[in-house]
Amino acid sequence: MRNIDVNEITSAIEKLFEKANFELPSDVVNALIEAEKKENSMTGKEILEQILLNSQTALKDHLPLCQDCGTATVFMEIGQDVAFSGGDLKSAINEGVRKAYNSNYLRKSIVNDPLTRINTQDNTPAVIHFDIVPGDKVRIIAMPKGGGCENMSFLKMMLPSDGIDSIKRFILESVRTSGANPCPPTILGIGIGGNLEQTALMAKKALLRKIGAPNPDPDLDALEKEILAEINNLGIGPQGLGGNTTCLAVHILKAPCHIASMPVCINTGCHSHRHKEITI
Amino acid sequence: MTWTTIRLYTPINDSDLETLKAGDRILLNGEMYTARDQAHKRIIESMEREMPLPFDLQGATIFYAGPSPAPPGKIIGSVGPTTSIRMDKYALELMEKAGIKAMIGKGGRSPEFREACKKYKCVYFSATGGIAALLSQKVKSSELVAYEDLGPEAILKFRIEDFPVIVINDIHGNDYYEIGSASFKKNKFDRFVI
Repeated sequence: MRNIDVNEITSAIEKLFEKANFELPSDVVNALIEAEKKENSMTGKEILEQILLNSQTALKDHLPLCQDCGTATVFMEIGQDVAFSGGDLKSAINEGVRKAYNSNYLRKSIVNDPLTRINTQDNTPAVIHFDIVPGDKVRIIAMPKGGGCENMSFLKMMLPSDGIDSIKRFILESVRTSGANPCPPTILGIGIGGNLEQTALMAKKALLRKIGAPNPDPDLDALEKEILAEINNLGIGPQGLGGNTTCLAVHILKAPCHIASMPVCINTGCHSHRHKEITI
Repeated sequence: MTWTTIRLYTPINDSDLETLKAGDRILLNGEMYTARDQAHKRIIESMEREMPLPFDLQGATIFYAGPSPAPPGKIIGSVGPTTSIRMDKYALELMEKAGIKAMIGKGGRSPEFREACKKYKCVYFSATGGIAALLSQKVKSSELVAYEDLGPEAILKFRIEDFPVIVINDIHGNDYYEIGSASFKKNKFDRFVI
C-alpha cells in the first residue's frame, strides 16, 4: 500500500482551483483562436476576440476569468493500492476548496439549502466524484462549473425505438432553446446509455476530453462531427448574437444500458471552460 | 474592426429610449445597481408590504450581476452578466410598479417581458458573458447598498464608464437575438430541428 497524507490532497485541490479560475486551458484557447478565424459574423468575431483578451487580462491582473467561479466539482480516481491518512478525505478536499476560494478572492456561489438558500460563504461543499482504479496513483481533476451553462443541461429517458435521429433532434432542440443563456460558444458533453445518474456523469466527464482530440470510437467521432456542424448551422453564434460559432466541440460518452432504456444527457459547458488536473 | 457605438448616460431618459433600436451598440455611463435572484425577491417582498426600498428604483438601470470579491487595491473583482430569464417574473413587476427603465444581463426573455418593454417603455441590454476580468475595468466605483448577508447577491451601486452593451429588446417590440441569428441559420437537415 502507498500512503498519502490528506494534507497533500488539500494543497493539490487548492492549487488546482486557483489555476483553473485564472488560466484558460490551452486547448480551449486554441479552439477560440480557430473559431475567430472562421467566424462569419463581425459581431461574433469581436466577441471571440474579447474572450481571448479576457483570458490574458485574467492571468495578468490575477482576476478570475468569470465572476461565476462555479460549483467546485472534483473528479478523483484513486488507485486501489492507496491508503489515506491524517484525516477525512472529503473534509480535506473541501478544505482545499475553502482555501482556494478565500485566498484568491473567488466568488462564493454555493447556498447551504436549495430551498432556504443561505450562502455558505466559502464555496463548499464541493461536488465530489470518486472512482477506484488499479494502481497506486491518485488523479484529481478540478472543474469550477458555472451555473449559467449548468442550467442549460438536459436529461431525457428516451426509448430504444427512438433511434439516433431522435437523439440528434433532442440535442439540437436543447441547444436552440438554450440560445444565449449558456454563454456560447459552448462545449457539449453528452452521455448516451447507462442509467439515469450514469448518463449524467458521462455527460459531465465527456466535457473533460481535450478539444480537438478525436473520440476513440470512430462511429461516435463521426456522430460528434455531424452534430457539431448542425449546431453551428443554427445561427446562434457567440453570445447568441448571430454567427456560425455556437459550439466549439461535442464530446460523447456511451455505456451499456437496460433493454428498456436509452437515457441521454447533455451537460453544457460555457466558453470559459475551466478545468485542471494533477496525478499524485 | 470598430463598432459604431452610441454613448448613453443613466438614468436613461424617454427620448433616448425612443431612439434605441435592437442591435445598437451602447457605451453606458453613469450609475447602475446590481441585483440578482435573491435581491429581486426581497425588493418585491418589500413592495408588497409597502416597506422602504433599498434604493430609488424610478428610472433606474439594473445589472443582473454578482461580482467576485475585490482583491486588495482593486475597486472590484471580476464582473459580468448572469442569465436574465430567471429575473423575468420580478422584472415585470419592477417595470410596472417601480418604474425601472433598463436592465442588463444575458440571454433571451419571455414574450411577456418583451411586451412589458413596449408597454412601460423599458430597454433590455446584453453584456458579454465570461469576459468578467475585462468588464471589471469599466467599473470606476462600487458601493454596498443593501443585503450584505446575501454575499455575491448583495445590491451594489456601480459608477461605470463606457460599459459595453447591446440593445436586445427595445421599446418597439424588437428582439436582437432573433434578428441577429436569423441570417446565419443554414441547417441542411431541418428534420433534426423542430
